[in-house]
Amino acid sequence: MKYSALALLRGALAAQRNWAQAWRSPEPRASYDVVIVGGGGHGLAAAYYLAKNHGVTNVAVIERGWLGGGNTGRNTTVVRSNYLFPESARLYDFALRLYEDLGRELNFNVMLSQRGHLMLAHSRHDLESMSRWVNTMQMHGIDAALVSREEVGAFAPALDLSPAARLPVLGGFRQARAGTARHDAVAWGYARAASALGVDLIQECEVTGFLKDGAGGVTGVETARGPIRAGRVALAAAGHSSVLARLAGFRLPVTSYALQAMVTEPVKPRLDTVVISPGTGVYVSQSDKGEMVIGGSLDLFASYAQRGSFAVMQSVLAGTLALFPSFSRLRVMRQWAGIVDVVHDSSPIIGPTPVPGLYINCGWGTGGFKAIPAGGWTLAHVLATGRNHELAEPFQLERFASGRFIDEAAAAGIAH
Amino acid sequence: MMLITCPDCGPRDEAEFVCGGATHIVRPPLTASDAEWGEYLFYRDNPRGLLRERWRHAYGCGQWFNVARHTVTHAIVAVYRMTETPGGAGA
Repeated sequence: MKYSALALLRGALAAQRNWAQAWRSPEPRASYDVVIVGGGGHGLAAAYYLAKNHGVTNVAVIERGWLGGGNTGRNTTVVRSNYLFPESARLYDFALRLYEDLGRELNFNVMLSQRGHLMLAHSRHDLESMSRWVNTMQMHGIDAALVSREEVGAFAPALDLSPAARLPVLGGFRQARAGTARHDAVAWGYARAASALGVDLIQECEVTGFLKDGAGGVTGVETARGPIRAGRVALAAAGHSSVLARLAGFRLPVTSYALQAMVTEPVKPRLDTVVISPGTGVYVSQSDKGEMVIGGSLDLFASYAQRGSFAVMQSVLAGTLALFPSFSRLRVMRQWAGIVDVVHDSSPIIGPTPVPGLYINCGWGTGGFKAIPAGGWTLAHVLATGRNHELAEPFQLERFASGRFIDEAAAAGIAH
Repeated sequence: MMLITCPDCGPRDEAEFVCGGATHIVRPPLTASDAEWGEYLFYRDNPRGLLRERWRHAYGCGQWFNVARHTVTHAIVAVYRMTETPGGAGA
């Protein structure tokens, strides 16, 4: 059923009881052309683009928990493409361009709000670095621009702009097309659209092993609901990629960390842009519900616990209050963490694995949400054609032997 | 919040320590291939379960030591000195 204002009006006559389930929940079949392990944004988007771009509809997405229950539902909903290197700029801006049309594409309101992303400069050195970043980004076609201290004040009047501030604001740089999107809606939109094209979404079904042929190639997955054969298998499991890789018999250059975020109680509109301070590692935006959404540093030890430590929470909140003293009386309502897959150069891995028939999309670390459309698009391409997508070519596992890194630790702007 | 027992200073708050990542990683010989060298530098077991790692009591005695810790519960199973091999409860 197409979602529209007319459908809503028709629903009003039926007490809104006319709505069908957004996606089917079928029993898994014995065999598929492609099985994708992980029902978050990247896995669901890959399934959708397999069906939409390549006509491959005999596809299953297998999810241990519920759709979008991992990092897709645990991030701070920021979308942006202000990366430093040309390979990343192309990939992330492709994602942002897909986000700009995603609501229409999926017939599902992903609540994209291009309210801008503002990175603060707290020192002359920050200003000089940002001037270089902005020049580079503009050459790559990204809409980054330097902003003065006065302009920062106009975009985010709640900031402490006094010269005596703990972190004085000297200016910054801004990407106007960046902003936020509703994370759950991105997962649900892709899920609904993929299901409508024939993709089977199998929830509460953990993958416990891999079926292999005599030559060691993957021919399917063992699951809690029995074996499922597949022509090709893809892993899109973010922080749990190493666990699946181990089951399949190979290792990854990944360490899993908990990245926490938190929201305050909802208040009236006070912050109409995303603000990030490299001095504190803190980033803040205000959700459409009115909550201040706050993120910051990783808990810097390996973890699969989906909860953050109080020590990091305290430093993140201290940083937030140094920037926004008027938030000091807000109460934190919820705090949580997602398990992120961090690699040495803070860039993703999208392509084949050492195991024949098995492909992977991982390594997005702390920034996977913004890349969901591009991660899905390029994973679908390699699954359908057997060849890497042009945008994904630089993001292969081989770079960890060749040393051809795309080291975005600086452009990510935060200490992880 | 973890309570980590420094071998020299006794139990202290997690905030006094920094984590140095996986331990007992053996450096390959100079004849290693690019792939073996990349494996040594970047590839990790990254287990969901018991992990052996090195920690430093940065805001205390400054010493490095080994910890066997569960990555889901964060429970510390064993603490032993840098020169010691895994043994005891954590083996």
